[in-house]
Amino acid sequence: MAAPKAVSDRISMSPQIEACSAVSAFRVSVNTQEARSKRQQKASPTKARDGIADTHPLGVGKDRTLQAQRLLSHPPQSLHLVAPVWNGGTRGISGLSRVVAPEGNQKKGRSLLQFLADRFYDVEALRDHLLRKRVSKVHQKNRPFNHINQRYGPYVAGAYFILKQGGAVRFQGREWIRPNQRGHFSLDFLKLQAVPVEAVDASGCAINYQGLDSLLALKELQSLWLQRCPHVDDWCLSRLHPLASSLQELSLAGCPRVSERGLACLHHLWNLRRLDISDLPAVSSPGLTRILVEEMLPSCEVLGADWAQDLKLGPEEQPRDTAGPTPA
Amino acid sequence: MLRRTLLLGLGRGPLGRGLGTHRGGSILDRDGKMSEIKKKIRSILPGGDWNPLYDTSYLPPESSDVVIVGGGVLGLSVAYWLKKLEKPRGAIRVLVVERDHTYSRASTVLSVGGIRQQFSVPENVQLSLFSIDFLRNINEYLAVADDPPLDIQFNPSGYLLLASEKGAAIMENNVKVQRQEGAKVCLMSPEQLRNKFPWINTEGVALASYGMEHEGWFDPWCLLQGLRRKVQSMGVLFCRGEVTRFVSSSNLMKTASGEEVNLKRIHEVHVKIDQSLEYQPVECAIVINAAGAWSGQVAELAGIGKGPPGTLQGTKLPVELRKRYVYLWHCPQGPGLETPFVIDPSGTYFRREGLGHNYLGGCSPTEEEEPDPGNLEVDHDFFQDRVWPPLAQRVPAFETLKVRSAWAGYYDYNTFDQNGVPLLLGREGPGAQHHLSLPEQTECSPCSARKKRRSRTPHLSCVSTELPRGSRPPS
Repeated sequence: MAAPKAVSDRISMSPQIEACSAVSAFRVSVNTQEARSKRQQKASPTKARDGIADTHPLGVGKDRTLQAQRLLSHPPQSLHLVAPVWNGGTRGISGLSRVVAPEGNQKKGRSLLQFLADRFYDVEALRDHLLRKRVSKVHQKNRPFNHINQRYGPYVAGAYFILKQGGAVRFQGREWIRPNQRGHFSLDFLKLQAVPVEAVDASGCAINYQGLDSLLALKELQSLWLQRCPHVDDWCLSRLHPLASSLQELSLAGCPRVSERGLACLHHLWNLRRLDISDLPAVSSPGLTRILVEEMLPSCEVLGADWAQDLKLGPEEQPRDTAGPTPA
Repeated sequence: MLRRTLLLGLGRGPLGRGLGTHRGGSILDRDGKMSEIKKKIRSILPGGDWNPLYDTSYLPPESSDVVIVGGGVLGLSVAYWLKKLEKPRGAIRVLVVERDHTYSRASTVLSVGGIRQQFSVPENVQLSLFSIDFLRNINEYLAVADDPPLDIQFNPSGYLLLASEKGAAIMENNVKVQRQEGAKVCLMSPEQLRNKFPWINTEGVALASYGMEHEGWFDPWCLLQGLRRKVQSMGVLFCRGEVTRFVSSSNLMKTASGEEVNLKRIHEVHVKIDQSLEYQPVECAIVINAAGAWSGQVAELAGIGKGPPGTLQGTKLPVELRKRYVYLWHCPQGPGLETPFVIDPSGTYFRREGLGHNYLGGCSPTEEEEPDPGNLEVDHDFFQDRVWPPLAQRVPAFETLKVRSAWAGYYDYNTFDQNGVPLLLGREGPGAQHHLSLPEQTECSPCSARKKRRSRTPHLSCVSTELPRGSRPPS
């Protein structure tokens, strides 16, 4: 049976919060932070690795000072939106400490886990374990294939890496090699040790900062597609400069973690002729960013957000054709 | 005594009613009464705040294993690595004493936020490499359950250091050292510099070193908040107060070589509460001085510097307050997105800020024109006289610029050799970037670094064998 967490764990009483309660409806409360940290302080019977339980004779006193320190030094911050616990007295003391948003089925499953994790130590440990497993899976996918590199050379090792991730590779003068639906691919390319890789399509692959090691060894790479890669971020973009002499085409469309700060490092790729930076949700002003990138890379064709989309027309200006940039 | 109890009893304790509440209770006050009753019940339940006499929640605990003076990025970093070391949860009690929780004068948040590997000393390069690794994996290090991931807004645009004829040889040596440690730096001639950055005027520049990776700038406030959040979740105690006194005891001890010395050990710290005369004595085993620019003053409280001149005791800690100005200006024709953090041979520096052609920059004043560090007022004439001319000379587009705002911050200037002091006090120049790795490195190294922190009278011999001078960018 999952060890339940006491009611008092979840609520935190604080004169400070009560004082501000009348002011705003969506004030973030520190109570969830408090409750969670207090739970972490208490030794849980199911967590075997916490060998020493809370040995303070007045366990209450220790937590009280801790909580008090945190309250006074840590005024409520907007980290989450939380429904106020003292909501007109309807919920009373045992109100929910977190808003459960009724979204799609998948989200419902996730927030149920969240709900349970707030209340049971076992579920919290399980959730942490699942998160850690997910992170280590990505790490495992991005491990370097040193034995293949030593035996067959960097081109083959890089190609194998991409194919294993689910991407596609094209050697110079050959056709695209793709894994089939089940992820299997033929190992014919192992004999192409001296043939450089010209194009890599890593769209949707879980390639991250470490995984780029294998890609950067492909010195004659001309075309790199990193569309919709969930782990490609600004740090990864700063690593691309070794490919500057050969890379002509780069696509970053749909990468959720790429922002305009990473795009500034594409300046090193002086041979770049085609750059696709459309659909980047982390970029704060897509239109302006596109203009700045175009200025930064004058000989490159930049596909991106429409630069007029953020502009508002004045009342006296006529509506223009916003399909593309006006010719100079 | 009796009168005091009565007064308290009649006061706003949970068991007494204040003189302001009515007896008999009207309907209008119902919510107030309900909340009062709830408060009473919660305070009685286990886990609640209950002190029958008076509220002491703002006071620090009466004893603590480690007291860290100063809650900036350095102090919080020490707290973080200390807590990472403990195996059973709650084994080390760490207290961070910070007198200003808005961090209005702290160097951390007023800094420009740059990080680079281009130093002349290999240890500094290693520290920076570790720091950048920490920042890249910050969400693994500072993950707090259920909180959103941190985004420190890192701009990987790199540092561009320019050298005149005099400094070119030094720069080449430095780059060799940096490359040996693993930094990715490339040297450029004026020709190459003009090709890469056409907005630069390369007159007077003999050599330039450009960091390609792991260099740039970030938001130190985000880092501070992230560290604070994580460190609170690990169980570090915070206190808003100021350290006013160290109580120490002396013992006559014999060193390994048989010499008799007077060993002074701090065993109590007096923490004065903000805006009050009240103080709390905190018993402690270790005190860590992470007060940044004010470390010299804190060290004096411990008696470092109070003694006959020329002796170990009489030598003050070589850290003092220095004021530096940072200006934010707008220049619509200025350099674009690719602008790195440029440092001119004259000491002027600037970097891009945001997407709107805004730039941040400043200049280190010479020894003669050091401003008075008594306040944080900005001297705008300094910009006109000392910052703008070299800027306009280096980047012609900056001839037409408009200053939007400016602020001043303190450097904890190490007057000895401008490097980090192993007592974790602070450094001139690089700012926040080494503060993450300094505590980690000094703790994990098996050398006497650990002992340095435990001893009350710091051995200045250790300080002097520290990094040799020369971490400033070559001029």
